[in-house]
Amino acid sequence: MSLNQISVFVENMPGRLQLLTDALAKNRINMRALSLAETSEFGIVRIIVDDLEAAVSVLKEESFIYTVTKVLGVAIPDEPGGLNRVLNVLSGRSLNVEYMYAFLGGKDAAHAYMIFHVQAPDEAVSALSEEGITCIDDGNLANL
Amino acid sequence: MERYYQPEIECAPVEQIKALQDERLVKQVKHVWDNVPYYRKKMEEKGVTPDDIKGTKDMYKLPFLTKDDLRIAYPYGLMGKPLKECVRIQSTSGTTGKRVVAFYTQHDIDLWEDCCARAIVAAGGTDEDVCQVSYGYGLFTGGPGLNGGSHKVGCLTVPTSSGNTERQIMFIQDLKSTILCCTPSYAAYLGETMKEMGLTPDQIPLKAGIFGAEAWSEEMRQDIQNTLGIKAYDIYGLTELSGPGVSFECSEQSGMHINEDHFIAEIIDPNTGEVLPEGTKGELVFTSLTKEAFPLLRYRTRDICVLTRKKCSCGRTFIKMAKPMGRSDDMLIIRGVNVFPSQIEAVLIAAGYPANYQIVVDRVKNSDTLDVQVEMTPEMFADNVGEVKKRQAALEAGLRSMLGISAKVVLVAPKTIARSEGKAVRVIDKRKI
Ligand SMILES: [Zn+2]
Repeated sequence: MSLNQISVFVENMPGRLQLLTDALAKNRINMRALSLAETSEFGIVRIIVDDLEAAVSVLKEESFIYTVTKVLGVAIPDEPGGLNRVLNVLSGRSLNVEYMYAFLGGKDAAHAYMIFHVQAPDEAVSALSEEGITCIDDGNLANL
Repeated sequence: MERYYQPEIECAPVEQIKALQDERLVKQVKHVWDNVPYYRKKMEEKGVTPDDIKGTKDMYKLPFLTKDDLRIAYPYGLMGKPLKECVRIQSTSGTTGKRVVAFYTQHDIDLWEDCCARAIVAAGGTDEDVCQVSYGYGLFTGGPGLNGGSHKVGCLTVPTSSGNTERQIMFIQDLKSTILCCTPSYAAYLGETMKEMGLTPDQIPLKAGIFGAEAWSEEMRQDIQNTLGIKAYDIYGLTELSGPGVSFECSEQSGMHINEDHFIAEIIDPNTGEVLPEGTKGELVFTSLTKEAFPLLRYRTRDICVLTRKKCSCGRTFIKMAKPMGRSDDMLIIRGVNVFPSQIEAVLIAAGYPANYQIVVDRVKNSDTLDVQVEMTPEMFADNVGEVKKRQAALEAGLRSMLGISAKVVLVAPKTIARSEGKAVRVIDKRKI
């Protein structure tokens, strides 16, 4: 069970991010989550797409610099304390969250989905499922 | 086994070469005195006549020519033959606006092509080879020079000229080109493109490359040799003197043999004009001994260089010049420190970055800034801003220790720095001084 994220290098200049979204849109690749980590000169755009292989081949074709990283996609009960429960499980196992961001929209109103980057994603998945928290993977992205 | 195009002169005893130079210099000075009023006037101003020049030992008496003289004398002022006897011009852009136009008689072209043929044979070329000339053809000397040399050696010559990378690669593969002639940055680009296409060095038929017309480093040579699976040879020349082939590398790949039967090389102190002893770093000055139509005496190249005459394992006896350490034109003075683009290139390649870079110099609040734009590579990228910044900082530290001043590394997306199909624009100096 794993969820793959693509991190793309973009220069911090007007229009550069759009080059990326353009390339994906042209090839009908749907972005399900996106976050941007930036410095004054460059940024790392992190995306979750519904078709990883297709996205990677588009990026390669268009000469983007990218890397694929395993992340955690967590279904968080849409109720007070939902996120806190997840973080509790992770910190209980000393799994440090390096960054997190929200998943875009969903057909499922009962849950909010978040993407987490932790050092040991597999361990985190089993820890969360022991506590009855569901994680998502590349395979079931399309249904969300 | 080492092969030569003209062994009788390339491997002649040094005394014989020197005697030939003495004889040709006396003749050439007389030719210039009689036919080039511009230079005659310069000699008269210095109080020198052809009678004062008995051989190379008297060279120091002759006045220098500079790019400025070429500009002033443009276009016909330095010609040694009437236009009627000239059959060709070649031209290069000058640094000060006016172009340099050099004239050739048929005899001049013949000797120039001989020089290029020597370079091709020194790189292992024979009449069995397919020689792809990817230097520009036209006013630029690269294409016509190597083209002529390749004919003389008897290679099957493929005159692709520069540009159209896809077609270049198609010919390399379909015609099984074994020798590639182009600028080193274009060779690097071709190599990179072929690597991206999934071609390994043993799938590329090339065995040698003759690369010149711009500065390149030893690291860049290794890079090109590895991606293309070839031996990469340096070649040097100036349009003012003929074009490529003034000097060329042999199998030792440790400096370029100067074609001393056609050129005399000197090293001078660029500030005083004083001739420096062999092995000393200084500005390279050339005298052309055999050119009829454009016979330059003591032409200052602005290239900073060292000459050494040592026994070479290839058997050639011509003196060798090191790869120029920079042009005094290219040399940047940043915060009072001399910086050559080649030093920056060496640091980048050693750190695993591509040799494609651009240097931007500016002046902010009376202080010089040095930015080095580097293209991001998959190897250098990470899903972590901190990690990328760490690598960037490591590169900046490398540059600081090489240059003695700090430089800022700017990471840019791949293929955003213009690739050169002619000469690379490596330096953008925005300072208004
Ligand atoms: Zn040699």
